[in-house]
Parts: sequence; structure tokens; C-alpha cells
Amino acid sequence: MTEPILRMTGICKSFPGVLALKDVDFDLVTGEVHALLGENGAGKSTLIKVLGGIHPADAGSIVIAGEPLRIRSVHEAQRAGISIIHQELFMVPELTVAQNMFLGREPMSSRLPLVLDSRKTLGSAQALLDSIDMDLDAGARVGDLSIAQQQMVEIAKAISFDSRILVMDEPTSSLTTKETDALYVLIERLRDTMAIVYISHRMEELFRISNRVTVLRDGQTIGTRETAHTTSDELIEMMVGRKLQDLFTKTPTEPGEVVLEARNLCRGHKLQDVSFSVRKGEILGVAGIVGAGRTELMRCLCGIDGIDSGEILVRGKAAAIRQPKDAIRLGIAMVPENRKEEGLVLCGSVGFNITLEALGDFIHGCRFDAKAEANIIEDYTRQLSIRTSSPEVLVEKLSGGNQQKVVIAKWLASRPSVLILDEPTRGVDVGAKAEIYAIIDALAQQGVAIIMVSSDLPEVINMSDRVMVMFHGRKMAELSRQQLTQKMIMKYATGDSQ
Amino acid sequence: MSSVLTPTLPQPNIAQRALAVPIRLIKPKLGILMGLFLMCAALSYLSPAFLTTSNLINVLRQVSTNANLAFGMTLAILIGGIDLSVGPVLAISGTLAAGLIALSGLPVWLAVLIGLGCGTLIGFCNGFIISRTGIAPFIVTLATMQIARGMAYVYTGGNPVSCYVDSFNAIGSGYVGRVPLPVIYTAVVFLVMCFLLYRTRFGRYVYALGGNRNAAVYSGININRVQVLVYSIIGFLSAASGIVLCSRMYSGQPTIGNGFELDAIAAVVLGGTSFSGGTGTLGGTLLGVFVIGILNNGLNLLNINSFWQLVIKGVVILLAVYVDILKKRGKGAR
Repeated sequence: MTEPILRMTGICKSFPGVLALKDVDFDLVTGEVHALLGENGAGKSTLIKVLGGIHPADAGSIVIAGEPLRIRSVHEAQRAGISIIHQELFMVPELTVAQNMFLGREPMSSRLPLVLDSRKTLGSAQALLDSIDMDLDAGARVGDLSIAQQQMVEIAKAISFDSRILVMDEPTSSLTTKETDALYVLIERLRDTMAIVYISHRMEELFRISNRVTVLRDGQTIGTRETAHTTSDELIEMMVGRKLQDLFTKTPTEPGEVVLEARNLCRGHKLQDVSFSVRKGEILGVAGIVGAGRTELMRCLCGIDGIDSGEILVRGKAAAIRQPKDAIRLGIAMVPENRKEEGLVLCGSVGFNITLEALGDFIHGCRFDAKAEANIIEDYTRQLSIRTSSPEVLVEKLSGGNQQKVVIAKWLASRPSVLILDEPTRGVDVGAKAEIYAIIDALAQQGVAIIMVSSDLPEVINMSDRVMVMFHGRKMAELSRQQLTQKMIMKYATGDSQ
Repeated sequence: MSSVLTPTLPQPNIAQRALAVPIRLIKPKLGILMGLFLMCAALSYLSPAFLTTSNLINVLRQVSTNANLAFGMTLAILIGGIDLSVGPVLAISGTLAAGLIALSGLPVWLAVLIGLGCGTLIGFCNGFIISRTGIAPFIVTLATMQIARGMAYVYTGGNPVSCYVDSFNAIGSGYVGRVPLPVIYTAVVFLVMCFLLYRTRFGRYVYALGGNRNAAVYSGININRVQVLVYSIIGFLSAASGIVLCSRMYSGQPTIGNGFELDAIAAVVLGGTSFSGGTGTLGGTLLGVFVIGILNNGLNLLNINSFWQLVIKGVVILLAVYVDILKKRGKGAR
């Protein structure tokens, strides 16, 4: 093999309270696509941020093309020929495509001091876009583009640096099949002159485009494999650190009567004619790519957003859900996708958060029953094995998994009959994942109807009794447990219904 | 051969292109322009004194201070910040300049320079503290607002400082033809600020910082420097306005500029700048300044009690911003 363009050895990085990277090794050769694989929170993004100069490493060495380098800022990384396309797109919506592409290194007028050369900016940007066959107007406002188009702009921007190393962090997470194919074609072309780091947790994608795969788990390098000489089972086991079957708990249950039914729900173009039902004790998985309308659907069920037409029935009776309060009264609770923004009062204590939905149980008029409150907190902390030294600890100090359990506890305290879980294990470590699956399974056995929105296919397949697949605001398919395969779900999730 | 015929074809094209830029600039401001026009029409009808050259020049002079402050405030709000200290900074800089001339006998040019330096320094401190400590701009400038006002009182002992020096008084009271100097200054400020915001890297970074802070950081932009520069510019503009005002009043008044920050913010918001940063234009702010200025002028001409004027101004601001939000919501739904 040729001399690597990048060699990272013994990289360590800690943030207050967490050791995010521990002795991570990684190397990269020009001409290869090297996949970086790992669960959420495994340290992939942190490693990339170290490389990109956003979080300088605490220890370890980075050698680029044989030259040891200290990367302490974004500028230094760019100078070293490293370009990163982050998972969240970092674009200024009010500026144009060209202005975004040259942000931070605007071409200046050759005649006047201080003055930007807008024509040159626009011209170079357009030339770049054309050179990689992107059908985009460099003068368009980025805020008016679709996510896929914005991503293309990020790629064009990365290329414009004359980079030697290109990092793509989950580039396909919000793309349709067609857009993904276009991206693969582009990657094939870029591969000739660059080394590409490709972060993803979609197996089939890695096997399609990568040469090598490095797996990270809990901030450590688990190993590197030639893609041609490995299997997806091996990679998954490296990723989760145990046999797959041990991760999930799913007790077969006999679903009871229908608890919640939606008929022909519509909301703008986000939701079009969606109907489904969920039974007592059943786990309904909801799959789809980002932007398929899954979260929008859940928000309507909980009264956060209104519906334009259609009806929602709870236990067979038409329910008027206009605000979250109505939904909660009917026994519908949701653990939202983004726990830090929508689920928790971060600067509140564990106890404060757990009892937020159950205040009526211990506050009656002016009477505050401190003992009842303590009981509720104690109950759920034990039931969900939330690891905290005391209920007084601030929620922001807990790990992702424990935070998620607090959100679940909060809603359980309202004694729901329908529990909606939106991406229940996002950003949660493997151990906590298994615990959360056990909690979900136990709740289903107790007769709670569960709707689980998830982009994690193994999770959907192993936990659900039934799966509804959505695409562009529509329900594409409903698959029974026997029909569930990753391939089947992805087929419908990318709008391919034939 | 066809040269006789062809020139007739591109003609509308050229006209279209010539109009394209103004249309693009005016279109989003159609609402406020209409409001301004209606207001002027109504005032011309109600008061014969409104549509006279002397009154219009008067309006221009009256709005010039608020315009300077509002241009600076636009920058602060564009980066997602705010500057509450503009009024007191204006007061301390103006009284300092007047006092240095009248009390310490300094030459006018030096006193003015020190006055400008003082305002710029306070602005610099605002920016420095905001960018290095992470204290919210509202809080930081709330504090410097008190500090600057206090310094103005300390310096003068709470009394006005009279300053009858012709060359100093000429700064604010002079004319070019029939146009008062303050109006000229403001025009220059407007042009320079437009240049800074639309033609330089700094301006681009202002929009980037307000539009998406992370994008700015990840693009290697030194956001601390951008913030310091923004608040320094505001400090400079406040100081300049203070010196002009004091010069016109022949005295340094430690109490001037009370509530100026609110008028400036109102103008910026009326002009369509988003309070969350990233969107807004200086042209919009200029229109906002005119709305407030003409409203003040008109209500005076109509002899409306000044207490009621405040009430009316508040209601107008609320309505105008609400209409703006409705418009945006309409756009979003489509």
C-alpha cells in the first residue's frame, strides 16, 4: 500500500465529564474511500472535529503527507488540505450559494482596497458547480434551496479548497435514492485525486462505496477491515460490542383492542392522507428517511401542530386534539426526537423533570405533598434504573442514555395509554440502548400502545410488531413482522414503491 | 444589414435590466413604502405646513441623529445583538468634547477627536466584553449604558457645560446651500455604512454571524473581531452624533440622548430587520427612520399633545411589525 496521506495516532479528547476519544488511530490513503463506522456517540463526529480544527486534540499526533502537524484552528486544517462536510449543514440561509462557498476567503477586488469582487465570487462559484455537473445557480439564495441542494453546495465548497482530504459526515441522511446515486457518482470522480473519509451507519452504503472500514465504539478504535473481506454482521458486532440478538428485548405479545386510530390525516404538503392504527400492547415502528413526515405526524397526534383534515380516534371515539393538553388528557404522550430542546428542562433537577407531568398527583391547591413527590421520583428512578446520585442532580449532568430515561419517566408518570417515542435511542450508548429496549418491551407487555419512530433499521426490525414506512408525507407501506428486512424498508422509504 | 432592425429589440431588455435592481430593492419594502406614502399624503392634506421645503429640511435634520444611531443599531441587531448604550455614549462624548473646549481650553479639533475616541472606546469595550465573556449583549450594554450616563454626570457635575466657540458650533449648525450639515453627515454615514455592509468582507461576516453562527465559525471567521468592530462602529457613530448635537445646542448636556436607543431600535425593526439576526438592510432602516421622524413631525404640526404622541408611536410600531410578521408568515405557508 502507498504511504498514507493522513495518519492519526493516539488521539485523545475529553470534554468536561466525558472522555470522547481514547487513543484513536486512523489512517487514510489517497484514492480510497475510508468509511468511519460507529453508533451515535461512538466518537466519529468528535474525531472529525479534531481533524477539522474545531476541537483541537488533547493528545496524539496527526501526520499529513509525512509531515507532523498540529491542527488548532479551522484555518490550519483548511491550509493542510482538509475539507469537512458536516452532518448538520452550516450555511448562512440569507447569503447566496456563491457567497456561502467563499465565506471566510472572499475574492477581493484587485483595484480597490477592502472591496469584495462579487463578480469573481459568482463566476468562480458557477464554474465550480458546472465542473462537477451540478445544476445550480450560484446566485441563488441558500435558504431557498432544498437540503439535498444545500449539501451539493457544501461539496462544491469543499472541493473549491483544492483539498487532499475530504470528510463527509452522514451525507446521505436526508437524500432520496436518486440524490444518493448522484452523490455516489460524484464520489467516484473525486476519489481519483482525493482521499475521502465517509461517515455513515448505513451498511449497504459502505459496502457499495468504501474500500476500508474503521469501526469506533465508545471513543475507541475497535478495528479496521478491508470492505471486500468483511460482512455486515461482523461490522455490526464490532460496532455494538455484543451479539446483535443480545441488544434487543422483544417479547411476543398478543395485541389487544385498537387504542389510537388516525384516518386520512393531512397537513399542508408535509402529511398527505395518512391512516394507521395502533393496538394495546403493540409496538408500531415508523420508518422513513429524514423529512419523510414522521415527526410531523407525531406532532399532529400530540396536538403540537394542527391537522388540515382527517380524524383521530382514541378508543374508537373521535377525539378533538387541538393542543398538547388535549392529547395528554386522552393518554397520548410523546418522547420527542430532540430531548435537550423538546424533552427536558436541562437546568432542572432529575426530580423536577420526572414530576413535570404529574404535578396534579402531589400538589392540590395550596397543599404540596412532598412525600408523594418523593415517592413518584423514587418509583421511576428505580423502575427505569436512572443512574443519578440523587434526584437533586441537574439533568444536564447526566449521560444521554440517562437523560432519555428521565424523559420517558416523565411521560410514564402521566400514565399514558399511547406512548410515542421519536428516535428513542439517538445519541445513547450501547448499554443504555439495551436498557431502553427492555423498558419499551416491558411497557408493551403492560398494555401500553407504542409508536416508535426510528431511523435505526435494526432497531425498527427487531422491536416492532408492525412497521409503517413513510416517504414525502405519505404512508408507503405497512409491513408485518414477517416481511421486515432492511432492504424492504429502504425500498419504500426512498419512494420506490414498484 | 439587420443592424437597422435589431436595435429595436434589445431596448426593453435594457430597460428591464436597468429596473431590475431598483425593483429587487424596493419590492420587499413595498409595505413600509406604502405606509410612508399614505402618511405623507394624509399629513399634506391635514396640515398646509407639512409639504413645504423648510419643513422637509427640518424633518431631515431632525431624523439625522436617529438615523446615525439606527444604522449602527442595524449592525448590532444583524449579528443577533443589541446596543442599549447609544444614548448615554452620545451624551458623554458630546459633553466631553464641549467641556474640553470650554473648561480646559483644548483646540476644537483635538477635543472633537477625544470625544470621538471616547465613544469608540466604550463601543470597543462593549464588543470586547460581549465576545470574550459571553455575557448577553443586552446585559453588557445595559451596564455600559448606566456607566456612560454616570460618567457624563460626574464630568459635568450634573450641569450643562456652555460652549460658545464658533468653530465648534459650526459643526452642527452650518449649512451647505440650504442643506444643514448634520444631514450631509448622515448621508455620508449612510453611504459609508452601505459600503461596509455590502461591499466588504466585514459586511459579509456580519450577515454570516447573524445568519448562522456555526457556519461563520466553521468557515474560519474570527467572530470576536467582527463583534468588536460592530460595537466600536456603533460607539463611534453615537459619539459623532453627540458632538453634532452638543455643537448645535452650544452646550454639553449630560441629560441628552435619553431614550434614543429605543427610537433607534424601533427604526431598525420597522425597517424589517429580524431581531434574531441575519436579515435586514440599511435601506430598510432608513425608511424606518423616516416613518418615525415624519410621524413625530406630523403629530407636532397637528398640535397633538406630546403625551398622546408617545401612545400613537407605540401603537404604530406594534402594528407595523405585526403586519410584517403576517407577511412573512404568508410567504412561509406557500
